Amino acid sequence: MNLSLKPATAEGETFVDLATTPLRELNGALHKLAPDTNQTLWKIANPAGRHAIAAGLDAPITVEIDGPVGYYCAGMNKQARVIVHGNAGVGVGENMMSGLIHVKGDASQAAGATAHGGLLIIDGNASARCGISMKGIDIVVKGSIGHMSAFMAQAGTLTVLGDAGEALGDSLYEAKLFVRGSVASLGADCIEKEMREEHKAMLAAKLEAAGILGEVDISEFRRYGSARTLYHFHVDNVSSY
Amino acid sequence: MTDHSNTPRTTPRSSATFDDYTLSEIRRAAATGIYDIRGGGAKRRVPHFDDLLFLGASMSRYPLEGYREKCSTEVVLGTRFAKKPLELKIPITIAGMSFGSLSANAKEALGRGASAMGTSTTTGDGGMTNEERGHSTQLVYQYLPSRYGMNPDDLKRADAIEVVVGQGAKPGGGGMLLGQKITERVAGMRTLPVGIDQRSACRHPDWTGPDDLEIKIEELREITDWEKPIYVKVGAARPYYDTALAVKSGADVVVVDGMQGGTAATQEIFIEHVGIPTLAAVRQAVKALQDLGMHRKVQLIVSGGIRNGADVAKALALGADAVAIGTAALVALGDNDPHYAAEYEALGTRPGAYDDWHEGRDPAGITTQDPALMARLDPIAAGRRLANYLAVLTLECQTIARACGKSHVHNLEPEDLVALTIEAAAMANVPLAGTDWIPGRNGGF
Repeated sequence: MNLSLKPATAEGETFVDLATTPLRELNGALHKLAPDTNQTLWKIANPAGRHAIAAGLDAPITVEIDGPVGYYCAGMNKQARVIVHGNAGVGVGENMMSGLIHVKGDASQAAGATAHGGLLIIDGNASARCGISMKGIDIVVKGSIGHMSAFMAQAGTLTVLGDAGEALGDSLYEAKLFVRGSVASLGADCIEKEMREEHKAMLAAKLEAAGILGEVDISEFRRYGSARTLYHFHVDNVSSY
Repeated sequence: MTDHSNTPRTTPRSSATFDDYTLSEIRRAAATGIYDIRGGGAKRRVPHFDDLLFLGASMSRYPLEGYREKCSTEVVLGTRFAKKPLELKIPITIAGMSFGSLSANAKEALGRGASAMGTSTTTGDGGMTNEERGHSTQLVYQYLPSRYGMNPDDLKRADAIEVVVGQGAKPGGGGMLLGQKITERVAGMRTLPVGIDQRSACRHPDWTGPDDLEIKIEELREITDWEKPIYVKVGAARPYYDTALAVKSGADVVVVDGMQGGTAATQEIFIEHVGIPTLAAVRQAVKALQDLGMHRKVQLIVSGGIRNGADVAKALALGADAVAIGTAALVALGDNDPHYAAEYEALGTRPGAYDDWHEGRDPAGITTQDPALMARLDPIAAGRRLANYLAVLTLECQTIARACGKSHVHNLEPEDLVALTIEAAAMANVPLAGTDWIPGRNGGF
């Protein structure tokens, strides 16, 4: 491996400066890690909005990125914990399978798109289409989310401490949406549903995973889900198609 | 009272505009209130490869000896960026078709037949099954707007990745799989409830336009360590610009699918009225590659209505590197076979016309998830039929290439072709037979 990596500053720690190290070398090195690697903490400097940083990881490691990242950071992540100390571009954690992604700033469009598993935490706001086509991921947004979020969301949870933009949950399947603030409008086939005890427990578990259980009042959240009226084609639903 | 009994009467005349099919569709629409959904590609007559002819050898060209002088057929796909390009023995691949729309046995048979002939198969909207991976020596993994079943493990065990922007049957439309075919296994792979009418998105969820696609392709390459060829598939609509933009986005291979290309299910009106014929698309796609200096560097696969070795040869002569077949491959497996005539009639149709692939009641066991129907298709025997058919396509293509004096099927060229109709001459940019006239040659495109 011919990485221009600085020596570890602590045991198991690897430092990579993307100002001097090509992204390909970084991602290639991350992909080659063995499941029992000792290089369990990677610190990335000067990301400068580069795309696909730490994409395709599949190892129980932590990657801390010091600065803003571009599109598809940690895309298709498995197992790894990826911490972004900055804002994230389009599709952060897209198609994540497992692990954790924590964006300390804001996230652009399509955060957590199509993701099957894992936890995505966004400390700031997320833009449009947050959780679009999500397939099992848990997303916790501490700020607000943009329009068309959870569009065609199939499974998983989307928890929003702030407000939701227009057409929330349009054409929703079985994902569960929890919003504490206002919802500008609901999309086709998305309705407010009763917040029963099992849903409160589910929400509490997601907040706990995000490390903010007790910081917010669960009773302030409202639950949204699919009315399931579009699950079968029918002439009476033609205005929704 | 006048007796009219002996007055000559005019013969009852049906309307050409309101023909029997049209009338029946109006009645069906009035009764149900929902558009007609079916499988397959465009059924109307459109300009096609039948409207072209090869000139063959003559005084100024000498042919190659059939059976003795070699006419090579191999094709390498993904030479632009991929570390591991696909090396196919024949220039005919199997187009993307999903498990879900097709039975597991059908997918296995496609893999067996293609592998026997040294070519690739392609997954579809629904993810990769172990059966198709196991039986396909070279498997292209589709990356679709729905991302059903998409996961990095399958991405890494694929031999190539095909980013699907559209398909010829429905450029601008998403997939559709009705409840009858959403069994527990299909639903599980797609993370959907069992038995619902599933609608796939028509746009990718996390990118829009060629600038974004360039970044998406970079991500896919990073995830797979730049090993896999990346295709971009478009439905034939604006093939010149779509091909150019796919190249700009970083594609290794561009797949252009004409309106005769099939689908598992979509609206009849979409299939017949959106998109352009394959013949009209090939030359524009090739021209885009030539204008960019990328012809043969970015490979072009053409699909939609390929039926015989002449179609293959004509597509290659116009500049394609390979073709893909879907409908023809299903017919080779046994789709629409007259053997099941009585059962097709019971479904209100007949062999050759059956297109309700979305209903999951296919007597041939191909477009179904019904275990009893699926069991009718022996994947080994069906795979053998597909291999035979691919062999015939290849032999036919070689026959034509040798007759034109070519030692490799890629040496076929537009100069070997003439057109039977003005439309085909204009679309293919080859002379009308017996003339030197190429419509539009000195203006337009």
